[in-house]
Amino acid sequence: MSTARLGLDAPAQAHCKYVLRLADANLILAQRLGEWVGRAPALEEDLGLANIALDLLGQARLLLAYAGELEGAGRDEDALAFLREHRDFLNPTLVEQPNGDFGRTIVRQFLVDAWRLELYERLMKSSDERLAAIAAKAVKETRYHLRYSSNWLIRLGDGTQESHERVQTSLNILWPYTAELFAADELDSQMTSLGVAPDLEDVRQAWSAAVDDVLREATLMRPADRPYKWFGKRGEHSEHLGRLLAEMQYMQRTYPGAQW
Amino acid sequence: MSHNHEWPLYEIFIRARGGLDHKHVGSIHAVDAGMALEHARDVYTRRQEGVSIWVVKSEDIVASDPADADPFFEPARDKIYRHPTFYDIPEEVKTL
Repeated sequence: MSTARLGLDAPAQAHCKYVLRLADANLILAQRLGEWVGRAPALEEDLGLANIALDLLGQARLLLAYAGELEGAGRDEDALAFLREHRDFLNPTLVEQPNGDFGRTIVRQFLVDAWRLELYERLMKSSDERLAAIAAKAVKETRYHLRYSSNWLIRLGDGTQESHERVQTSLNILWPYTAELFAADELDSQMTSLGVAPDLEDVRQAWSAAVDDVLREATLMRPADRPYKWFGKRGEHSEHLGRLLAEMQYMQRTYPGAQW
Repeated sequence: MSHNHEWPLYEIFIRARGGLDHKHVGSIHAVDAGMALEHARDVYTRRQEGVSIWVVKSEDIVASDPADADPFFEPARDKIYRHPTFYDIPEEVKTL
């Protein structure tokens, strides 16, 4: 991060990074969902996924613009989205995982929506008023996202034998990545102590209960928690992010400064 | 999109704002009424078109037969006295 070179003091740098973590989670997931456009199983789902992607992108823009202001290096939302390197992206590893089949996308979306709802409901009470205002807007949109992904997960889980097996397999594959969402590192703890971020253990418990309710209705088995090694939020990503960024950043990399 | 053909069709009615009628805006495919509401929301209210949605299974709508047009609608043609055009509407009434 160039923040170190700018001589921001440690708390200010951590604050900026925390907002980037939130922004990147949205931005990368929006890009993934955008890959469904023109390919979803039905026109109605095509639009449904695109609507969610655009909601996430809208929130990402607010967060990226804010992170740019906190950084104070003159980088706007576009510079942060399109000109940062792979290791400077701070999204959790879960959101960069490939779409797979429609069921895999729904499982990923459900796990993320449930996390984002609990997180943003608490961020509405953040000591950072700007973040609290962004969270208030995000919560309304996220409630709908969770409704959409929960309904689909229940339909597929409690659907045919094939749909059940497919989403259960996806759940087993994606589940280990959820550990990172709640594993507080030094930066998270610092933000929690400043009242900027909520306590992650509190978020985890609420998330866990909400997820259990839907999994039960979907007749899906909650996978066992396993040790994990993914820390996308610290810039240590899976191999999938590079390809995603290559596509997302292609235009600005090839034609720097290009405008409509 | 082959799955679409297995999903029943729903007709979508949207109320643009409080006080107005629900108007037919189109149709979508969905497996049940709940999904039809969500699809209608995603397809037809993306640009703030509405504040309320009705969905009705297309097969539940009973339509008049175009072949019946004459007996159904012709008799009204020469009865202009049924139109409320023989008195002035007060200016205060805006949306009649």
